[in-house]
Amino acid sequence: MDLRFTPEEVAFREEVRAFIRDNLPREIRERMRLGYPPRKQDTIDWMRILNAHGWAAYNWPKEHGGPGWSPIQRMIFNEENLAAPAPELLSFNITMIGPVLIQFGTPEQKAHFLPRARNLDDWWCQGFSEPGAGSDLASLKTRAVREGDDYVVNGQKIWTSTAHNADWCFCLVRTNPQAAKRQEGISFLLIDMKTPGIEVRPIISIDGSHHLNEVFFTDVKVPVANLVGEENKGWTVAKYLLGNERTGIARLGKSKERVRFAKEIAREVRHRGAPLIEDRGFRQRVAQMEVDMKALEITQLRVISAYAKAGGNRPDPLSSVLKVKGTELLQASSEMVMDVGGPQAMPIWQHELAAMANEPAIGPDWAAYMAAPYLMLRAASIYGGTNEIQKNILNKAVLGL
Amino acid sequence: MDFDLTDDQRLLSDSVAKLLAGTYSFEQRKALLKTPGGWSEALWNQFAELGLLGLPIAEEHGGFGGGPVDVMLLMQAFGRHLVLEPYLATVVLGGTALKLAGDAAQQGEILPEIAAGSLKLAFAHSERQSRYDVADVATTARRDAGGWVLEGAKSVVLHGDSADRLIVSARTAGGQDEAMGLSLFIVDAEASGLARRGYALRDGTRAAEVSLSGVRLPAEALLGEVDHALPVIDRVIEAGIAATAAEVIGTCETMQAMTLDYLKTRVQFGKPIGENQALQHRAAEMLIALEQGRSMAMLAAMSVEEPDPAERARAISMAKVGVGQAGRFVSQNAIQLHGGIGMTEEYAVGHFFRRVMVIEHLFGDTATHLDRLADQVA
Ligand SMILES: Cc1cc2nc3c(=O)[nH]c(=O)nc-3n(C[C@H](O)[C@H](O)[C@H](O)COP(=O)(O)OP(=O)(O)OC[C@H]3O[C@@H](n4cnc5c(N)ncnc54)[C@H](O)[C@@H]3O)c2cc1C
Repeated sequence: MDLRFTPEEVAFREEVRAFIRDNLPREIRERMRLGYPPRKQDTIDWMRILNAHGWAAYNWPKEHGGPGWSPIQRMIFNEENLAAPAPELLSFNITMIGPVLIQFGTPEQKAHFLPRARNLDDWWCQGFSEPGAGSDLASLKTRAVREGDDYVVNGQKIWTSTAHNADWCFCLVRTNPQAAKRQEGISFLLIDMKTPGIEVRPIISIDGSHHLNEVFFTDVKVPVANLVGEENKGWTVAKYLLGNERTGIARLGKSKERVRFAKEIAREVRHRGAPLIEDRGFRQRVAQMEVDMKALEITQLRVISAYAKAGGNRPDPLSSVLKVKGTELLQASSEMVMDVGGPQAMPIWQHELAAMANEPAIGPDWAAYMAAPYLMLRAASIYGGTNEIQKNILNKAVLGL
Repeated sequence: MDFDLTDDQRLLSDSVAKLLAGTYSFEQRKALLKTPGGWSEALWNQFAELGLLGLPIAEEHGGFGGGPVDVMLLMQAFGRHLVLEPYLATVVLGGTALKLAGDAAQQGEILPEIAAGSLKLAFAHSERQSRYDVADVATTARRDAGGWVLEGAKSVVLHGDSADRLIVSARTAGGQDEAMGLSLFIVDAEASGLARRGYALRDGTRAAEVSLSGVRLPAEALLGEVDHALPVIDRVIEAGIAATAAEVIGTCETMQAMTLDYLKTRVQFGKPIGENQALQHRAAEMLIALEQGRSMAMLAAMSVEEPDPAERARAISMAKVGVGQAGRFVSQNAIQLHGGIGMTEEYAVGHFFRRVMVIEHLFGDTATHLDRLADQVA
């Protein structure tokens, strides 16, 4: 047993850190440091910079344009990227559709889609959830009926993140409503978002942003060539997708970066006549976060090592521990940032609007985006399988209850 | 010990509930948020007609002569509907300042106007650097030709954009953090040298940044004793804490009811999600938090008029902590148990969530009040 990274891993971390430091555009970094989410173009720009260096598809094997890194290297890269802070790699492209196509795609699908996904020439979105099918995903109703060389798709998806930016959507559809088990009548389709019959309607979330959408399909024709895996075997593909890449699930680098930001601003703001950073209660809160983050870091390494030893093909139920703890820490760190800001974090300062109108911003820069991430991150324990569902998984798969 | 309401108090609760049921649906509130002012003058006048604006104001000043329990009931009802009108700023904060520090002429002039709905106030005390430090005031007032001249800036002044007059704290002596040397002034919002920039807080309620440069005031603008305003400021803040504690309980009641309803109607895996024991226990924990919070809101209401300052401050800090924690727990779980729908602007629960979030960061947050209590652990 040895908790230290090998000299090679330490050198690798240095290399990644140096590359990000030297190549991440300053303006993007500065906005993200203040808590703003990356703009569409920020994500595209950063993915392309990384792709030119061979790093965008950080978890793909070499033959498909990835760097061929070990699970530990991927974890290090992911953490450094989040901690920079740099835009997160578009997960729909990199950790979802990429690995799925590598595993299940036809040679044509691989040749066409993989290079484009890496370079973000195509922005992908995930069309799984429906109004009646959230936690109970297998109850999805969107229908696809085979007609000649096409499937004709009718139905509705909801909570489709960034569908308004997307060029393509990977979608779960029902192809056999008569199947004995609900899971057996589902197929996995790749749908061009420009196809006639698709309507994307925005859903504004409680932080005021447009991230979510409803997507309506009316007689949408999808070529049979865009089926991934076999017809009616889409559930296997979806399970692979959801269980595949767990190293990023805790997003620990993000929590670390937020705690760092909270500490930085705590040097500026005052609490009972002194800088907040000197307050014992605040320091204990930070210390508690640091304890929890350290524990999660080691748990994450354990899960990754076991995954690597098992040949990297079996999702570990302990990854639910990473999801639950990781999202709790994300939420707690965003809460801490907001609390540091205090009353200054409460206004909608509208720095962007002020900038557009050529007026000075009203509040301090650091306060502009302290409450919005707290609001948006309430969703972290909802998406990707709610934390209640993760605990059900642990009960069943680990505890045998 | 008596937790019963009087007949008058029940009547008050019922008539407010009836008024808000007809005027403050989620859709009606959303329409109000879209108006430039962000709330309704017409409703404000209705509040006046019903006697709500004069509720805690003495009868001799055109009020109803009610007490803190009446205010608690009203604020709780406001919380259930997320009322946007400047009641807290005008009646609770402004009214308390005048009641405690105003001379006969000031009270006689202003309090009847508050009760009639023809004058709105804002309490312009906090500054950008002050965070929760009550004595941290950099704005200054210096004597000049028998009057005063104000210099400085105030930050996140609740409803400062619509107020007709501002009650401004300023330093007349002492260093920036000193308890001694603070004074309060009544300043006309149109005074020359006073500028305001209004905006919405995250919950849609309004606030303003206020700058004061060379604002000249007559001698009569002084509210209370020169250099000795801190005890008054403390009590105004305590009144604000008691009122918003009740408001949080109202918001939590609504969130709790919405969540319960959702648990019974949302079906996943072939049954209502509320049949999962994990969620039943969570709902029970929300109820426990709400009831503990409710007790603390009552403590706050019963304590605002306690004459012993130390005892009063202690009870109020306890209530701020208890209600802050209860509010956070109930509101976070209300969203969680709704799943995706709870994250959307079109659904009401997130709006209640944001009100609780904003209130927790007014008048000293949970950590600040816990710190004050920790100082006194004997
Ligand atoms: C910000 C955000 C982004 C998203 N992005 C996408 C996306 O890009 N693509 C996509 O397809 N989907 C996306 N989703 C949808 C997400 O996957 C679902 O919201 C999630 O699966 C939960 O489903 P639901 O919202 O219908 O909640 P429900 O399943 O209705 O759950 C409501 C509550 O009941 C609980 N619950 C349900 N069943 C049980 C049970 N058996 N035991 C105990 N508790 C239970 C849940 O934990 C939750 O607290 C996104 C969601 C959000 C909020």
